[in-house]
Amino acid sequence: MPTASETTEPTEPTKTRRTAAAGASGNGGARPARTVQQGRRKPEFTARRGFLIALFMAPAAIFVAVFTYYPMIAGSQMAFRNWKLTDLTDTSWVGLKNFRDVFADPAWGTVLGNTGIWVFGSIVPQLVIGFALALWLRRKFRFRGLYQALIFFPWAISGFLIGILFRWMFNSEFGVVNDLLQKAGLIDEPVAWLADPKTAMFAVVVANVWYGVTFFTIMILAALQSIPEELYEAAALDGAGKVRTLFQITIPYIRVTLALTVLLRIIWIFNFPDLIFGMTGGGPNNETHIVTTWMIKITQQGDYGRASALGLIVVATLMVFAVFFLLATREKREVKP
Amino acid sequence: MIGKESTAGRAAKFTFLGLWLVFTVFPLYWITVTSLKAPGDIFAFPIAYWPEHFSLENYSGLFGKADFGVYLTNSLIIATVAGAVATVISMLSAYVLARFEFRTKSALLMAALVTQMIPTFIALGPLYLLMTDLKMVDNRLGLILVYIAVCIPFCTVMLRGFFENIPDALEEAAMIDGLSRFGALFRVLLPVMRPGIVAAFIFNFVNCWNELFLSVTLMNSDANKTVPTALNGFISSFNIDWGSMSAAAVLTILPTMVLFAFASRHIVQGLTAGAVKG
Repeated sequence: MPTASETTEPTEPTKTRRTAAAGASGNGGARPARTVQQGRRKPEFTARRGFLIALFMAPAAIFVAVFTYYPMIAGSQMAFRNWKLTDLTDTSWVGLKNFRDVFADPAWGTVLGNTGIWVFGSIVPQLVIGFALALWLRRKFRFRGLYQALIFFPWAISGFLIGILFRWMFNSEFGVVNDLLQKAGLIDEPVAWLADPKTAMFAVVVANVWYGVTFFTIMILAALQSIPEELYEAAALDGAGKVRTLFQITIPYIRVTLALTVLLRIIWIFNFPDLIFGMTGGGPNNETHIVTTWMIKITQQGDYGRASALGLIVVATLMVFAVFFLLATREKREVKP
Repeated sequence: MIGKESTAGRAAKFTFLGLWLVFTVFPLYWITVTSLKAPGDIFAFPIAYWPEHFSLENYSGLFGKADFGVYLTNSLIIATVAGAVATVISMLSAYVLARFEFRTKSALLMAALVTQMIPTFIALGPLYLLMTDLKMVDNRLGLILVYIAVCIPFCTVMLRGFFENIPDALEEAAMIDGLSRFGALFRVLLPVMRPGIVAAFIFNFVNCWNELFLSVTLMNSDANKTVPTALNGFISSFNIDWGSMSAAAVLTILPTMVLFAFASRHIVQGLTAGAVKG
C-alpha cells in the first residue's frame, strides 16, 4: 500500500517535467498541436505500428479472454442443457426448455418488477443528487477538500457490506432507523422494514442511493472542469439565468460524459446482486429478488442450466439496451465552444 | 456557477450539503459505535448513540475465535498484487487505445463494455473447472489472476481517458528530442499521468478488496479466505452476531477508506489533469 508521502511528493525530475508539460499545453494551444499530431499519425510504418498495438494489447486481451470470456461462453452452453446438481448423469441438450422455465416461474413477474424499481429507483436520485453535489463542489468553499473526501467514502465499501450495514440499521427491533423516525415523530411504532416487501424494496433502494451518488459526483465534477469559463461569461453577458445556463451550456457540454456515466451505472446496477444479497438475501419470501439475485438463488438450488439461461437473458437485455442507448445519445456528440 | 449567489441560494446549498454529509457519514458512525459497545449493550433499549462504556471485546473475539488477521492479510496481498498488475497491463492497452487509430479498436472497446454486463454467476462453474485444471483452486495466485482480468476492462477505459487528456505534443516533443516511443511513454508520459495511475490503482484495489462471489467460489480453506468471504460466513449462520459483525465490518472498511481519504484529491485531479486542453 502506498503511503501518503510516496504518492504525493514528486521526485525532482518529475517536477521539471510537469512544468514542461504545463508549458506545452499552455503555449502550444490545443488546435495546432492536434493538427500536427493527426498529420503525424498516418505516415507511420504500418508493420511496426501494428506490432506495437498487438504487443501492448496482448496482456489485457489474453487475461480478459481466458478468465472472463472463455468461462462466460462455456457457461452459456449450460443454458441449453439439463444441468442439475441433483442429477449430473443426464446433461443432455434440452433446447430452450430452461428459458421457458424461467418465464413460466410464478415469481418471474415480481422479479422483473423489482429489477425495474431497483434500477430506476436508484439511478434517478443518484443522478440528480450527484449532479447537484458536483455543481456545488465546483465552486471553492472552506473545507471543500475534506467534504469531498468524506462523501466519497461509500464508494470504497463493498455492496455486500453495505447490505449488512443497512440491514442492521433497518432492523425492526434494534434498528437505528426506527428509533430516529420515532424520535422525530414521523412514525408511532417501529416498522418492520425488511419484513414487508414494499418497505424492503424501498430500503434496499435507499442503501443503493447512499452508495451510488459518489460515482456520479466524481464523473460529473471531472467533466464540469472541462467547460471553458468564457462560455459562462458569454452567457452572463447575454443575460441568461441559472436555469438557462444549466440547460443550454452545462448539460450540452458534458452530454457525452453524462450519457456514458448513466449507461455504465445502469449496467452496473442491473447486474449488482451484492447489496441485496447482503441486506435481505432476496427475502421476505423472495419479494426483493432482482434478476441477478434470483440467479444466485437458482444456482444455490443447483439448477445450473436455468441459472445460465437467466445469465444469458441478462447479457442480451443489457446489450440491446446499450446499443439503443448509444444510438440515442450519439447525435450532437460535441458542442463546439 | 459563475456570478454571485444569492444569500437564500447559499443557505439552501449548504443546508443540502450538510444533510447529505450527515446521511453519508451516519451509517459509518453507527457501525463503528456498535462495534465498540459491550456485547450486552448492543441490544439495549433505549438505543445509545454514544456507548456508555467502550469495549474492544468484539474486536478481540475476531482475532481469537475467527482468524480475522489471516483474512485481512490474504485480502491485502491479493488486492495489492492484482490491483498493481492490472494497472500496469491496463496502462499499455489504454495507451494504444488512446493514441492509435486501428480497425479493431471499436470492437475492443465494445468487448470491454460487454464484460461489465456479464453476471459473475454465469461464469462461475466453467471458471472453477478451469482453475481446477490449472491447479489453482484455493490458491491466492489463482484468485489474483482472475481479479486482474476483472479489473482490466474498466481500468483500461479509465486510463484511456487520462491519456487522452494529455496533449500528444508532449510525447512528440520527447521523441523529437531523441527518446524512443517506449522512452517517451515511461519517462515523460507516466510521470505526468501519476494522479491517474494512482486513481486507477485505488479503484482496482478497492474492487478486489470488496469482491465476494468469485472469492467464495475459489477459496475454500480457512487459511486462504478473504475478508468478504469471512463476512459471508458470519451471515449465513442463522443468527447474526451483530457485535462481531460490526467489528469485522469496521476492519474491512477501514483500509479502503484510508486509501480513499487521501486519494479523493487524486481521483478528481487525475480525471481533470489535462482537461484545460479543451
